[in-house]
Amino acid sequence: MQALFDEFPVILDAFWLTIRLTLASGLVALVLGTILAGMRVSPLPVLRGIGTTYVNVLRNTPLTLVIVFCGLGLGLVLDVSFSTSLSTNYMWLSIIGLSAYTAAFVCEAIRAGINTVPVGQAEAARAIGLTFGQNLRLIVLPQAFRAVIAPLGSILIALTKNTTIAAAIGVGEASLTMKTLFEAHGDAVVQIFAGFALGFLILTLPTGLLFGWLAKRLAVVR
Amino acid sequence: MTENGDKTPLVVLEGVNKHFGSLHVLRDINLTISRGEVLVVIGPSGGGKSTLCRTINRLEAIDQGTITFDSQPLAVEGKALAKLRSEVGMVFQSFNLFAHKTILENVTLGPIKVRGIAKADAERRGMELLERVGIGAQASKYPAQLSGGQQQRVAIARALAMDPKMILFDEPTSALDPEMVQEVLDVMISLAQEGMTMMVVTHEMGFARRAADRVVFMAEGQVVEENTPEEFFTNARTDRAKDFLSKILTH
Repeated sequence: MQALFDEFPVILDAFWLTIRLTLASGLVALVLGTILAGMRVSPLPVLRGIGTTYVNVLRNTPLTLVIVFCGLGLGLVLDVSFSTSLSTNYMWLSIIGLSAYTAAFVCEAIRAGINTVPVGQAEAARAIGLTFGQNLRLIVLPQAFRAVIAPLGSILIALTKNTTIAAAIGVGEASLTMKTLFEAHGDAVVQIFAGFALGFLILTLPTGLLFGWLAKRLAVVR
Repeated sequence: MTENGDKTPLVVLEGVNKHFGSLHVLRDINLTISRGEVLVVIGPSGGGKSTLCRTINRLEAIDQGTITFDSQPLAVEGKALAKLRSEVGMVFQSFNLFAHKTILENVTLGPIKVRGIAKADAERRGMELLERVGIGAQASKYPAQLSGGQQQRVAIARALAMDPKMILFDEPTSALDPEMVQEVLDVMISLAQEGMTMMVVTHEMGFARRAADRVVFMAEGQVVEENTPEEFFTNARTDRAKDFLSKILTH
C-alpha cells in the first residue's frame, strides 16, 4: 500500500496524460466522425464510398496496429513531427491513431442516430429551401446527436481504456507507468494493479453517469 | 368563388410520368395551375394524388415529361432547387414540425437561413403569422406540446413565413382528430379567400365545395376528371368519379 502513496505524484501524472489523450482524441474523433457520417448519407456516391471505405478499414483494424503504424509509419518513416520533444511527438502521433480509430465508431453511432430522425423532418427542411448541408447541420444532426448520446458515452469510455494502447509506442500514460512501477515495487504488484484499475473506474464511471443523464435531459420529444 | 387573379399559369405539368418500381403512379399528367387558383385534388388512396403534389417541389423526381414553375423548368438539384422550394410552401399530412426547435423557431428558420432576413425581423413577422393562425401564445413551446390541429396551423405559418408563390397541401387534415379538422380548414379557407395559389390534396369534400376553384379527380395515376366543384359534385361525368363520390358522400 505504501508504494501507492509513495508513487502517487507519478500515478497522478500518468492519469493526467490518460485524460489528455482521451479528451484530445475524443474531440477529434467527434468532429471527424460527424464529417464521415455526413459523407455516408450524402447524395454524392464518391463521398459515400470514401466514408464507407474509411469506416470499414479503421473499424476492422486492431487498434494496436493503428497506433504502431502512427508511431513507426508516420513518426519514423514519414517523419511526421509535432514537437522536438520525443514524448510530446509520440503523444500527438498516438492521438492521431486513437482519433482515426474512434472516428469510425463515432460515425456509425451518428449514422444510427440519423436513422432515428423521421424522414419527414428532412423533407420539411428541404421543402422550405434548406440546402443539403443546412439540412444536415440544422435539422438532422442536432436530432441525431441527441438520440445517440448514450452510445457516444460508451464510445468515450472505450476510448478512455483504449488510450492504454498508446503504451505500445512508448507514451507514458497510466498502463505504461503501471508496468514501470511493477518493476520498482515487485512486492506490491497487486496493490499497484488495484490502484490503477480504481483510477480507470474513477474516470469511466462518472462518464457513463454523465452521458446517461445528458441522454435523458436532451432527448427530443416527439 | 373568389376571382381567379390574373389567370396566368403558375405551374404547368406536361406529359408527366412517374414509376415506383413496376408501379406506374403518374400516367401522362397534363395540368395547369393558375395564379390565385385553389385546386383541390381528390380521389381514392393510392391514386397518385400525393405523389403529384410532391412532384411540384421535386420532393419526388419525375421519369418523363416537364414541369414548369413560374415559366421556368423545375431545377434538378443544388442551390437552384433549394430556391424553387423556398418559393413553394408545403404542408404535410404529418405536420413535420422540427421537433428540436420551438414553435417560433420553426417559423423563423427558413426566413433567417434561406432568405437571410435579420433574426429580429423574422421573429416579428413570425409572431404575426402565429397570431394569425391563433398560436401566438404557444410560440415558446415545442411541437410535441401542441395538439395536432395546432401543429398543423404552425406548419401553415411556417410555409407562409417564406412568402411563397403557392402552397402545396398534402392531406393536411388526414392525421387529425375529427374535432381539430375545422380549425385547420378555417385557416386554409381564409388563405384561399386572400388569393393564395393552393394545391390541396384532401378528402374534405366540404372544403372542396367551399374553397376550390377547380376539382381534379385522380385514380390509378391518371387525371380522370377536372371540373368546377359545383359541377363535379352534382354532375360527375365519369363512372369512376361517380362511383367514388357515391361511396364517400353517402356517409
